[in-house]
Amino acid sequence: MNDRPHTVSVSTSDRLSAVLSGAVRRVSVILWRKPGLSAGLLLAPPLGWFLLIYIAALAALFISAFWTTDSFTGEIDRTWTLSNFQAIFGSETYRLIALRTIFMAAAVTITDVILAFPFAYFMVRLASQRQRVALFTLVLVPLWSSYLARVYAWRLIFAHEGVLNWVLHGLGFQSIEIGYTNWAMWIVFSYIWLPFMIMPIYAALERIPYSLFEASLDLGAKAWRTFFKVILPLAMPGVVAGSIFSFSLTLGDYITPVLVGGPGSDFIGNVVYANVGIANNVPFAAAYASIPLVVMGLYLMAARRSGAFDVM
Amino acid sequence: MMNLTRTLAAGISLGTAIAFSASAFAAPAAPNYPQTIGKGEGALNIVAWEGYAEDSWIKPFEKETGCVVNRKYAGSSDEMVTLMRQGGGGEYDLVSASGDASLRLIYGGTVQPIDVKLIPDFENFVPDLKAPPHNTVKGLHYGLSYEWGPNVLLYNTDKIAAAPTSWSAIYDEQYKGKVTVPDNPIQIADAALYLAVKDPSLGIKDPYELTEKQLDAVVALLKQQRSLVKKYWALASDEIELFKNGDVVIGAAWPYQTITLKAAGAKVADTIPTEGATGWADSWMLSAKTKHPNCAYKFMAYVSTPAVQAQQALYFGETPANMKACEEMDKAEAGSCAKYHLDEATTYIKKIKFWKTPQKTCSDGSQTCTDYSVWQRKWQEVKG
Repeated sequence: MNDRPHTVSVSTSDRLSAVLSGAVRRVSVILWRKPGLSAGLLLAPPLGWFLLIYIAALAALFISAFWTTDSFTGEIDRTWTLSNFQAIFGSETYRLIALRTIFMAAAVTITDVILAFPFAYFMVRLASQRQRVALFTLVLVPLWSSYLARVYAWRLIFAHEGVLNWVLHGLGFQSIEIGYTNWAMWIVFSYIWLPFMIMPIYAALERIPYSLFEASLDLGAKAWRTFFKVILPLAMPGVVAGSIFSFSLTLGDYITPVLVGGPGSDFIGNVVYANVGIANNVPFAAAYASIPLVVMGLYLMAARRSGAFDVM
Repeated sequence: MMNLTRTLAAGISLGTAIAFSASAFAAPAAPNYPQTIGKGEGALNIVAWEGYAEDSWIKPFEKETGCVVNRKYAGSSDEMVTLMRQGGGGEYDLVSASGDASLRLIYGGTVQPIDVKLIPDFENFVPDLKAPPHNTVKGLHYGLSYEWGPNVLLYNTDKIAAAPTSWSAIYDEQYKGKVTVPDNPIQIADAALYLAVKDPSLGIKDPYELTEKQLDAVVALLKQQRSLVKKYWALASDEIELFKNGDVVIGAAWPYQTITLKAAGAKVADTIPTEGATGWADSWMLSAKTKHPNCAYKFMAYVSTPAVQAQQALYFGETPANMKACEEMDKAEAGSCAKYHLDEATTYIKKIKFWKTPQKTCSDGSQTCTDYSVWQRKWQEVKG
């Protein structure tokens, strides 16, 4: 083996690494002197991703909301117009569907708070360690099964010859026709999003020191007063955090209305789906889809004020 | 802050660019017939209804021609239209379009005329399906008819003893809360078909050509019907479950639901009432930008043969366009040719008003008809 090329290659790589390490040192010095720059470099990839995927998509959505579609050929007509928004706000049907969606989201949220609060309180304060583990499992196990499977299960429960009526008959009651109604939707939504309410409330309650309860009682407050003046205000951020989940998840859902809803059960999501899928009217769908966006924006602003994001 | 605004602006312009890139053209494509069917290109991409490209007849085709068939199933007519236009067209070669999609594909310039001389079985087709208005424009065959069938009135024979003779049954108070109809704007045509007979003063001649006044009358009837409806079904399986669980006793359906329910032992039957029925007629359509024209023509010739038409008909519960398929059907299932009315196809087909896309221009050339987007909006009003 010839020695010379070997030596040459070593010296080149040495020189190269010296140059490189010098460059690295210089860069690190600059970054150390200007912390803003290093933070910027670290944030650039995720921020770029966020802007490209999220903001650009939203921008495209908003822009196309002001276009129209040629109803026959399905080609998009890019003349700026407010006609989509006029159609939405001028039509009783579309106003009703938007209100129905928002009202259902609110009803489900309130129901879940009422169900989740005592449950979470029991888990934090009264349950033994073993009971707590068991309850945690009970809350989380449904999340392991598919959302669709659980909705279909409810459909079978509510059916005319379903489990519910079978039980009612067995107990000697009249059968009830609850399947394919808004009541059925309310029950299914409340069931499906309940774990998302229990978890944040549990986290919030767990952070309240027990000494505060004792102090309240020592100072002569009765149980209800301790609840309203001490526990509830301190647990409020957890309640709001949970409500963001249940509210936004209900607001954006369109599968449950298709599966368990009856006539007059369409949500905003169903109208969007129908306009994209059936009518091929993407601009109108985009205009209608901006309603939940605005509602959710307002909701999040209100939630931020209450400090809910501290416990999330 | 300055940077952020600039990045935002870049994001917005990018979004706009994406949205703009979809090309805009809208005129039927001109014919571009091949002289003969050449050697296959080795592949064929098709968009089809589920059940329209089963292995039992696709595999032999692949073996025979060397064209590997890549299948994409679509759930709705509109999905088919979207898929065929995707990426500027040309991603898919063939589509099994129904009559409510075919005209949109033609006028959107998405599909091209087919030379029926290259399809040997074309001459055996039911005469009404050789150049039907839903796939033939100005004498050019943009679609090759495939299979067809009626939308039927399905009912529970335990609860309803005598077969209903009129569509009035699904508008009847006595079945309040026990009725189901499809969740589809084209359902307006079904109601129009019934009203055309019940209220001749409205002057409805074609259920797919409704003036604003006629449409309002139909929508009023459908809004009345809403209080009787248990559920507007979106999937065939929804309706099957509704009948099985006793949630409904009567409804508008496809023969497919009847076959499936009967096979599961449910007590149901279907009928075509005296007013007639709406129905579907599917056509194979060739993309204007197809990359595998030889395989596409080979495929169209193959699926038009009596044997494949019979297999398809029995698999899905529908009627072939090829009248020669009768023998093959009876061979596979005795009496099935008569069951699907292929033996009397030329007269039976007249009872059916096939789906077609409602347009603003009526067939007499006037602009007084209501188009599909209006129907879609009205349908949303009906179901709320």
